[in-house]
Amino acid sequence: MMPQGNLFVAAPLKMDRVAELRSLLASMNVDPGMANPQNPIVPFGQFGRLHFARFVILEDQSLDDIHTAYGLPRRDYPFMLAFIADFDGDADDFRAELARHAGDGLRRIFSFCEGFSPDADLARWMKRREKRAATAYVNWVGRTVQRIREDDALRRALQAYLHNNAAVFALKDSRDVHRSLRAFVEVEKAAGRIKLSEEEPTPFGWQLRKVVHLVGVPLILLALAPVLVLYLPLFIFQLRSREKSDMEIAPRPDPKHEAALAQLEDYDVTNQFSVMGGIKPGLFRRWTLSFLLWLVNYTARHVYIRGHLARVSTIHFARWVFINGKNRLVFASNYDGSLESYMEDFINKAGWGLNLVFSNGISYPTTNWLVLEGSKNEQKFKYCLRRHQLSTQVWYNAHPGLSAFDLKRSALIRDGIERDDMTDAGFRQWVALF
Amino acid sequence: MNMASSVDYDDVQGPVRFGYPRMTEACYFLVKVKNASATRAWLASAPITSAEKLEQPPKAALQVAFTREGLEALGVPQNVIAGFSSEFISGMAVDENRSRRLGDTGANSPSNWQWGAANNFPHAVVMLFAEPGLLDEWKQSIKEKSWQEAFEQMDCLPTSDIGGREPFGFVDGLSQPEIDWEQTRKVPINGNEREYSNVVSLGEFLLGYPNEYGRYTDRPLLGPVDRGSSELPFAEDQPSNKDLGRNGTYLVMRQLAQDVRGFWQFLDKATNSNPEERYRLGSYMVGRVLADGSPLVPLSPLAIPGVGAARDGLTKNMFTFDSDVEGTHCPYGAHIRRANPRNADIPGAPKGLISTLIRILGFGNKNLRDDLIASTRFHRLIRRGREYGPKLTPEEALQPAPENDPERGLHFFAINSNIQRQFEFVQSAWLMGTKFDGLTEESDPLIGNRSPVAGCPCTGTFSIPQSGAVRRRIMDVPQFITVRGGAYFFLPGMSALRYLSRLGD
Repeated sequence: MMPQGNLFVAAPLKMDRVAELRSLLASMNVDPGMANPQNPIVPFGQFGRLHFARFVILEDQSLDDIHTAYGLPRRDYPFMLAFIADFDGDADDFRAELARHAGDGLRRIFSFCEGFSPDADLARWMKRREKRAATAYVNWVGRTVQRIREDDALRRALQAYLHNNAAVFALKDSRDVHRSLRAFVEVEKAAGRIKLSEEEPTPFGWQLRKVVHLVGVPLILLALAPVLVLYLPLFIFQLRSREKSDMEIAPRPDPKHEAALAQLEDYDVTNQFSVMGGIKPGLFRRWTLSFLLWLVNYTARHVYIRGHLARVSTIHFARWVFINGKNRLVFASNYDGSLESYMEDFINKAGWGLNLVFSNGISYPTTNWLVLEGSKNEQKFKYCLRRHQLSTQVWYNAHPGLSAFDLKRSALIRDGIERDDMTDAGFRQWVALF
Repeated sequence: MNMASSVDYDDVQGPVRFGYPRMTEACYFLVKVKNASATRAWLASAPITSAEKLEQPPKAALQVAFTREGLEALGVPQNVIAGFSSEFISGMAVDENRSRRLGDTGANSPSNWQWGAANNFPHAVVMLFAEPGLLDEWKQSIKEKSWQEAFEQMDCLPTSDIGGREPFGFVDGLSQPEIDWEQTRKVPINGNEREYSNVVSLGEFLLGYPNEYGRYTDRPLLGPVDRGSSELPFAEDQPSNKDLGRNGTYLVMRQLAQDVRGFWQFLDKATNSNPEERYRLGSYMVGRVLADGSPLVPLSPLAIPGVGAARDGLTKNMFTFDSDVEGTHCPYGAHIRRANPRNADIPGAPKGLISTLIRILGFGNKNLRDDLIASTRFHRLIRRGREYGPKLTPEEALQPAPENDPERGLHFFAINSNIQRQFEFVQSAWLMGTKFDGLTEESDPLIGNRSPVAGCPCTGTFSIPQSGAVRRRIMDVPQFITVRGGAYFFLPGMSALRYLSRLGD
């Protein structure tokens, strides 16, 4: 099994050249924010292991909040350019591939960043500016771009075959349908029209790190348990007193900002989402957030690896990344459906989880006991997220038109075609996938 | 925390509570404000019908609702306008991004609309309802006084009574949410509703009351000394302010032309002209039987809260789709399954703490589609649509169209207090969504626009799951419904109407 990797490169921009960068990035798109897969600057479509990628200018709309809410001086962080990618395999390999096939274009883009010299080793330059995700989520660990394409092609071929022989298939029971389709696939495979590749071996290093992590985190927690238990009453006191005094800042978002964001959405069934904000001042929130993201990351690595993150099954990839020395947090995801439906899922299906993490951010709607209320304050929550949302200048999706559910269905179809030992109920469920 | 007070029906416009079934005649004037003070004078004396139940029910009714432009024309200051929702402020047709989400592209594009797009935008809709034979007289009486001076009449949309059915021939308007007028409903702020209920908080349909989240939907509030605020009730959640929204709501209006002949002729072709199969396929597309509107799924043995009070409720609405996880009774893509999937907040109705926790963490689902859709209670609409055009039976519809065949269709009206979360969500995520409930390559069989989406060029299929066999798939379903016009209106409460009528003082 080939695991998925991600990278998040972020570098400060030359502030006098931001407008120029925006127009360069816009030139890579077919629709607002939607990358042309064959654009000459970074031809995303040529990277066979790349799932999603984006360029986003990290331009925080909420820098005043720390002053408004806590009376602390506003810090004017420079705008940053972030390049975010989700791919199959190892980051070093992917970086090298980027440098090989899109070196000139990336140099052109990164030349808008402070301290970029044209003769720098691109892969090394990127690596040095990478921020490791505090939490990274992958919808289905091990599902490669190649596998997605093969599964989808298989599903389409089977759909077409069913359609062309509808009268025959209408009379068959599930087991018979499976048998016929299996025979069809064998013929098509032999003729080279359908390709179902063998799974790649799981890299040993990744496997080992995963096991160490699987066991290590609980061991660390166990070792820390006495301290954590002793600290708990103080923690509760600290949390509750902050929850009572932290200010929420959730005005209606500026209509212009809203329109700029909406302009980038709903061309595909999948959308991008990028938000950033400041973390509440003081060590308490910073440590709480670090600890929680460390735990969430554990679940994303070992528990939520098969199609859903808690109850939300529409996210393909997501990550939470600290920047500026843990003063700020970026969240970037790829999800199915409209933003309104994403927000509704956030509130109704995983509101507690959103509260757990984002309530440590400045301005978030007031929570109780870390998980209650917060996002359930529907309108304020939506305003707050929209206000913190960033325009993603360029976004690439290797499998447009395919929702996470589509990917799962096609994978199940493929799994089923390769076996003949299912129960009657199994055959029925398999046939119902079409 | 419940500060809610009881509803003053006298302050609410009638359609929020009543569909006026006895008033079978209706027409809608789309008007522009020609003269603000004459309009205010007309408003001050217009006999607008409230939601109060009278001993002698009225034989005719008059309602009025305004677009943002209309409120501006009446002199509502910008800082007050800014308190309305952003969908209402920007409007249904102006924003391309909204059009993309609502499916208003291609033939549905606002550039083709007869009304509601940039150049033919109404300021208000004046709705008249009357019992048979009384509409003309009612029209005359309404149009007296300052009407001519006040309004420039853009259009007068007629309606027709074709016997409680929509133009394709199906019984319409069967399912309506049961509004919790008495505000006895306790919504779980942090928890989950285990079972689907048809009782929905008043605040989902009227501004100024707690909604399904237990919160007050944003609406314009005025300071106690602001001009005209003495006409307005206090805001329940902010008692120092006056509430312009209270007892008002948003009215979504869309004129949908229905290709009745195209619909039945397509079904006829798809079923090789077998009448029984033709009606069955139509029923699959709707989710209800053509003959009497009975649902295709079996009725629920357990009572569903809020179902049964209304006419036909027990036989037509006592169901959820939990009994049909395979979609073999009612296809996943059937219109009524898309428009109201009838889900609770959490799948599987877990009872114990542990099983609830397992569900909350995203585990324990038995079926592939178990938790794809949840929490329909946040996406309910009151529908008050009326048909237009002459009746055409499904049999007559098979005949080729004569010359000058009149247009048939529906004036779709929906009442909701949060356009984005209610109407727009249902329209975009559920009806237009090509990925609704795990489907792919299809949109709503009745109202889908069949526009291609990226990576998915065909969206015109319709799947009918078969028990233990391959699903039946209808290919190349054409577009049957074309949007002809539409707008978002504010349907003010009576005090808000008084506020509007006195803005010139």
